[in-house]
Amino acid sequence: MSDLIVTDTPNIIESRRSFLGKSGLLLSGVAVALLAGNEALAAKKSGASTEEDARILNSALGAELEAIAAYQVGAESGLLQKPVLSLALAFQGHHKEHADILTKTIMKLGGKPAVAKPKYSFPVETFKTQADVLRFASTLEKGAVSAYLGAVPLFGNRDLAKAAASILGDEAMHWAVLRNALGEAPVPSAFMS
Amino acid sequence: MSAPLLARLFGGGMLACLTGMALAAGGSLAGDPKAGKAIYDRCLACHALAYDRTGPRHCGLFGRRAGSVKGFVYSQAMKRARIVWNEKTLNRFLANPMKAVPGTTMGYAGIPDNQERANLIAYLKQANRSAVCGK
Repeated sequence: MSDLIVTDTPNIIESRRSFLGKSGLLLSGVAVALLAGNEALAAKKSGASTEEDARILNSALGAELEAIAAYQVGAESGLLQKPVLSLALAFQGHHKEHADILTKTIMKLGGKPAVAKPKYSFPVETFKTQADVLRFASTLEKGAVSAYLGAVPLFGNRDLAKAAASILGDEAMHWAVLRNALGEAPVPSAFMS
Repeated sequence: MSAPLLARLFGGGMLACLTGMALAAGGSLAGDPKAGKAIYDRCLACHALAYDRTGPRHCGLFGRRAGSVKGFVYSQAMKRARIVWNEKTLNRFLANPMKAVPGTTMGYAGIPDNQERANLIAYLKQANRSAVCGK
């Protein structure tokens, strides 16, 4: 029950029951198998909220799809020189892998995965140099680390939390490498928030 | 070790309780927009001030009804939420978004530290008065 919001009509409990009825709890175990790459986990049961887990994953998917588009803009800007261009494309590839596995998992959970928007807004008018593009990418990657960090404790299924933490680690490495490329301390602090 | 970090590491627990007591006693924490800008970095995977991303833009936030940015696709929960964003509603939402608005697509645990939320809100207010937001 919300501690802030009064909604007009939603019957959240009913919709949740309906959702769980359609998806089944075993499916979250399948999601674990997808995300963790371990089919043996598929037999696991979870009493967690499958609907909520799928919604959290969908938020992450939306951000991953935007990151893919952002790296594409960077790659096509003409501002990135090798080996930085190769690095950016490698990172974009990671985000594609994240998006792919998130999409499959959300579907297995009975949710409707987000799809890429036809158009994204990026501050391309500020991109004058390679460093501008890298700084923008760095901002997104740092935000992604924070977003996953804020999502990990929310998962009802702890194996999904573990899998999300795995993606978090990848995003953190991207951020550190981008900072290093910008001449900044790659790991500026002992903790992330 | 800083109080916000301790609060985060230990789930907010005792420190949040203590600062919460100060608020409950009628106090209101003053926010530092400079510190809040650093907190806002956490939002940048999904949000921007001036344009919509995975989350809606933050320019025009204060006084805006939740779920009302034209062209942005909100969750049903947010569209139905009877909230007008101000310091008070933002403070409560940011503490635990998924509890405040069950069904929100903002899958984020929130900012348990009272001072960090105050700083973030102060930054958002300052940013909303800046040229970035057309002021």
